[in-house]
Amino acid sequence: MLEEISFEVADGEFCVLLGPSGCGKTTLLRLVAGLEEASGGTISLNGQRIDDLPPQKRDVAFVFQNYALYPHMSVSENMAFSLRLRRLAEREIQQRVGEAARLLKIEGQLERKPQELSGGQRQRVAVGRAIVRQPKIFLFDEPLSNLDASLRGTMRVELARLHRKLRATILYITHDQAEAMTLGEKIVVLHEGRIQQIGSSSAIYRQPANTFVARFVGSPQMNLVEGRLDEKRAVLKNGRLEIDLSEALSEGWKGYAGKALTVGIRPEDLLLTSRDDAWVEGEVEIIEDLGSDRFVHLRCDEMELLARIPAHVAVNRGEIIRLTGKPSQLHLFYQGKRVH
Amino acid sequence: MKSYFFPLWIVVIGALSLLPFLWFVLTSVKSAAQITAIPPQIMPAFHADFYRSAVSEHGLFRYLANSVIVAGSTTLISIAIGALAAYALTRFRFSWTRFYLMLLLAISMFPQISIAGPVWRILSHMGWLNTYQGITAAYVSLSLPLAVWILSTFFKELPYEIEEAALIDGCSRLQALSKVVLPLAAPGLFTAAILVFIHAWNEFFFALIILTNSNFQTLPVGIALFPGEYTMPWGEIAAASTMATLPLVVLTLLFQRRIIRGLSAGAVKG
Repeated sequence: MLEEISFEVADGEFCVLLGPSGCGKTTLLRLVAGLEEASGGTISLNGQRIDDLPPQKRDVAFVFQNYALYPHMSVSENMAFSLRLRRLAEREIQQRVGEAARLLKIEGQLERKPQELSGGQRQRVAVGRAIVRQPKIFLFDEPLSNLDASLRGTMRVELARLHRKLRATILYITHDQAEAMTLGEKIVVLHEGRIQQIGSSSAIYRQPANTFVARFVGSPQMNLVEGRLDEKRAVLKNGRLEIDLSEALSEGWKGYAGKALTVGIRPEDLLLTSRDDAWVEGEVEIIEDLGSDRFVHLRCDEMELLARIPAHVAVNRGEIIRLTGKPSQLHLFYQGKRVH
Repeated sequence: MKSYFFPLWIVVIGALSLLPFLWFVLTSVKSAAQITAIPPQIMPAFHADFYRSAVSEHGLFRYLANSVIVAGSTTLISIAIGALAAYALTRFRFSWTRFYLMLLLAISMFPQISIAGPVWRILSHMGWLNTYQGITAAYVSLSLPLAVWILSTFFKELPYEIEEAALIDGCSRLQALSKVVLPLAAPGLFTAAILVFIHAWNEFFFALIILTNSNFQTLPVGIALFPGEYTMPWGEIAAASTMATLPLVVLTLLFQRRIIRGLSAGAVKG
């Protein structure tokens, strides 16, 4: 079920649909491709309605999650298939296939069958099959999710490079927020069939529109803490947590006086302190040392907080530490929606 | 112990199945005297006389040609119709596809004798008795359920994304079927085609009642009618039977890999 979905992809833009599995992003992509029928609404491409056209008349290219190469055709036949159907001159076909193969570095594999290729090579062929068509829009359905982690990283960079070279219009779906952040010029966050936020990767990272986006984007996750605003001062309280919001909310705080707010703090925005006006005090429960970063899990009554602590600062398990941060880096949500 | 036992069984079962075949192949090259000799003689004298008389006196080649025409056209028509039907049944979301497949299976279980009368009357009414199209129509209706079942098993196994890719690449439904689905389902097509062909080649009962004119009779009926009122030409029957079996043996040996793959399709996923 998709509801109230409305967004545009500009010419030459790399737009990523980001959402957890089951959020409706694949359905949305299939609707654009014409593989699924919508019960209402319109889809336009270059100002022309395409929702009543069959897939073969839409001039879109689709890269499938499992590649969906034609197993009985060689790599070059796979790429040339759509061009032969459109009865292009053989010279033109050879030229386009050759160009795409060079671009994707699969010139050596042109005469092979898909089953003789590795996962990464198959992925390139699938992309090549889309490129040769020079379609109005490329649709990518989680194209990297079947690759192993290191290959995924490489392909991600290559896709970004490819987009810069071709300036093609791309609609790309993924559940991997790192993929979305590196590739997307525009990111559309989807959840439960609805758009949660549309924006650049820095916008959805720095200004998440609601608690879902705040939790979904960013790794490790943003700390989200419930609290109640004091009746008389702009101070959010929850047990041993106390945050001064006078700077963040300025005069607007009175509207939320006495109300429950959710405050979001990214782990990297929390700072160790020894001062008495710390936001929170708690016991170090677990330390995850990743070499470059150290993540400290802090228990504070019922709450659990995650903070990134510089590697040179000594912290021990069981130690009581105090954390604070900059008011400007706080995210405030009222009834799930962003207020600051 | 076990490893010796298993090959032994293979030899025994193989010998038991091959024995009748071996016997009439040997009989076909014996001399007339050898056939009725007592005690029986196993080693033949390698005469070609029975083949000569099966061809010249009994019109073996005519029966062979009729069989090729009837079994061949039955196979072509059944596979063409069966492929379209199986494609529709596996790819379009009708609510009654399961019911329809079950119905097909049930129909294919009907004993032939129960539909022989109606089929004969229909063909007689159409003036199709003693015609190639009459017997072919009857065979197609008999073999279609089998063809549809085998082919739909194959189509179900093909990932639908490949077809969707073809549609997006610019294929119409029929182009997607002919350029992508059918080439990929080739092992299934071969399996279905060979099974249908063997069935039509061997069929006796319908051929006997529909084809009373010897100009149109197929091999099984032709051979069955070799005996005269007072004669039992064992040698000619053996020669004709050998000739009738050979095409099937050759076909099966040629395509054995595909048939085995076809018959075991769907048993193990992968």
